Amino acid sequence: MDGGMIATTDTLVRFSGVQKTYDGEHLVVKSLDLDIRKGEFLTLLGPSGSGKTTTLMMLAGFEVPTQGDIFIGDRPIKNTPPHKRDIGMVFQNYALFPHLTIEENVAFPLSVRGISKAEIKERVAAALDMIKLGTLAGRRPGQLSGGQQQRVALARALVFNPALVLMDEPLGALDKRLREHMQLEIKRLHETMGLTVVYVTHDQGEALTMSDRIAVFNDGIVQQIDRPDALYERPVNSFVANFIGENNVLTGVVENIEQGWARVALDAGGSVVAQAVNIGGAGNRTSLSLRPERVAIETGDSGDTAVNRLPATLTDLIYLGDHTLAVLNTPANPEFMVKLPAGSYAGLAPGQDVYIAFRPEDCRALDPV
Amino acid sequence: MTAAFVAGADVPLKRRLKRAERTRQFRALGLVLPLLAFLLFTFVVPLAGMIWKSVDDWEVPQVMPQTVAALGHWNGQGLPDEAAFAALAADIRTAREAGTLAVAAKRLNYVVNGFRTTLLSTGRKLKEQPAPGTAKDTMIEIAPAWGERESWTAIKSASGPVTSYYLLAAVDLTRNPDGAIVQSPADQAIYRDVFIRTFTIGFGVTALCLLLGFPVAYLLANLPTGRSNLLMIFVLLPFWTSLLVRTCAWIVILQSEGIVNGSLQWLGVIDEPLRLIYNRFGVYMAMTHVLLPFMILPLYSVMRGISPAYMRAAASLGAPPATAFLRIYLPQTIPGIGAGCLLVFILAIGYYITPALVGGAADQMISSFIAFYTTETVNWGLASALGAVLLLSTVVLALLYGKLALGRQTTGGLKN
Repeated sequence: MDGGMIATTDTLVRFSGVQKTYDGEHLVVKSLDLDIRKGEFLTLLGPSGSGKTTTLMMLAGFEVPTQGDIFIGDRPIKNTPPHKRDIGMVFQNYALFPHLTIEENVAFPLSVRGISKAEIKERVAAALDMIKLGTLAGRRPGQLSGGQQQRVALARALVFNPALVLMDEPLGALDKRLREHMQLEIKRLHETMGLTVVYVTHDQGEALTMSDRIAVFNDGIVQQIDRPDALYERPVNSFVANFIGENNVLTGVVENIEQGWARVALDAGGSVVAQAVNIGGAGNRTSLSLRPERVAIETGDSGDTAVNRLPATLTDLIYLGDHTLAVLNTPANPEFMVKLPAGSYAGLAPGQDVYIAFRPEDCRALDPV
Repeated sequence: MTAAFVAGADVPLKRRLKRAERTRQFRALGLVLPLLAFLLFTFVVPLAGMIWKSVDDWEVPQVMPQTVAALGHWNGQGLPDEAAFAALAADIRTAREAGTLAVAAKRLNYVVNGFRTTLLSTGRKLKEQPAPGTAKDTMIEIAPAWGERESWTAIKSASGPVTSYYLLAAVDLTRNPDGAIVQSPADQAIYRDVFIRTFTIGFGVTALCLLLGFPVAYLLANLPTGRSNLLMIFVLLPFWTSLLVRTCAWIVILQSEGIVNGSLQWLGVIDEPLRLIYNRFGVYMAMTHVLLPFMILPLYSVMRGISPAYMRAAASLGAPPATAFLRIYLPQTIPGIGAGCLLVFILAIGYYITPALVGGAADQMISSFIAFYTTETVNWGLASALGAVLLLSTVVLALLYGKLALGRQTTGGLKN
């Protein structure tokens, strides 16, 4: 399941049985075991309160694990204060020091390390050139736009060549266009400088665009850690299937399982064949996950028994430029979505009785929601 | 398109903007007008009156108009002519009848010690206006002081309408009979010491408040809201009791038979009671207590606005806690430190009741001298002059602060 996209698989950071509670009653992070590889771009993705930011803060050293330890290389860092961890961090609201100029901000991590003035000057100039803000060196953070501040925060976190860079929703405050531009810029820096990045976001689009691997958090647990395409195509449970991308859910009971294929009797009548992914045995309840672009609309019964077929009524067609979204009413799901490629909906009209058809390999039987 | 439109309609647009703004300005003015009028009558007018009193020199011109006129063309060398003596005799007789002689006597006594006796005894002894041509001899016979040039320069120096006498006296300077500015005689030169003492106590109290207030403000700003509100009540508690009550509480606590001495003696730490009050220690203690909230509040409000993310960012960039504090946190609190110090210092140098109650004779600050001259000796001129010097030093400090605070904000140039 694990992605093999990156060449090196040396582990840089290891979370070993890490738990965290703030109030002594409720675990924000429940038993986390996670390896971060050298040179990878790992995103911690999840809804708010899922434990992803707490995980990042424990790695940065601002929170202490209640149980377990974190290792950088072979070194346990539970008792290492943040300033000795050699981790660069980009904060949600940049946290640029308002009383210092851009140049002084970027020079700060170098000057606290006692590097010579001449070298600081050189490296700061190089860092500002890298983010193309050399001309604004003398300005204060308050005089810069959000995007510019973001780039300065990046330069400041990278200028001392940290072993690891953490980013806590760094693009949250930017507008959409700027955010997309910055995603590419961060990606470029990651590739050209060979950085190891741990990135926290609740925006799945951002996670899919940028990451080598994504760890999906919910309820203090890593639900799945995988390459973006694997997460989308092969979610291992209903939470991941629903959280990443659009998903159609059909509920039913497992009738039997044969060689990885499950026959499922839908609650609304009829039965379908699906990939058995995360179900117990026969008789268990299950949620079937179907991606909207993996479903076809058929106007008549083609008689092909290799596909699952369910009757439906087309309720709406929404034109979205590159594709058209069809909304259908099926007994099993009154708002079933199908994405039709541009120009392929000729002959369809709202109110029409049709069939939705999908292959068993595109239908995943997961835990019941 | 937009640019062309704006450029073409430039003048009318500006005028329209002005008209639109005017209504708002009138409304704003209406809102502040009551306060403005209040301040004018309770602050600006008395202040101007006070400053005028420090240079006003009305006594001698009013009581002895003829003498003042006669001395108008005296060059200050030797004794004035016969006419001046005659005018003096006439003025003294008139003033004695009107009962105003003592007013002039008091004013002239500031310049020459003993002038009051000279003038009042002359008034008593001068039964009638001397015959023409004999005025000079008669006067010198009644009081030999009239034969001294110093007496006449004193009258001329006090002949108004304005004088630098009080202001000079407030900084231990005076004019000699030739009109040159010289140091006051040693027995009168006390105000410079008092000003130095006032500023020393002011700086001391400010430093103590900063030292004690900074950690408290930091704690308040970084605690969860519930607990910080509770602590804030304790900070504000002193405001709910009167200054007098608080100062008297210190007397109860610090006096020889007080709680502190009693406890220390009971514990056997000391044999004799420590002298904790009616000295400089008591003044620092009581004033710091009273003024502490004025330091804590501005510091707190500034610290509240400093995001904890800055300290975290500094730590993640490799700064140990002390470095992060000194280079990142402390510089951001400077506006609060400046405001708090200025507030405490300005309040401290005006303190009167506290040093009067818990200080010794050598701990009295400038305000108690101002009070002494206004209520005891009714020397409004000197009281006003001392007040004016205090005001001037306060204004200079406030301007200095404003310049520093403003300088910090504008370094680095304005946006675009």
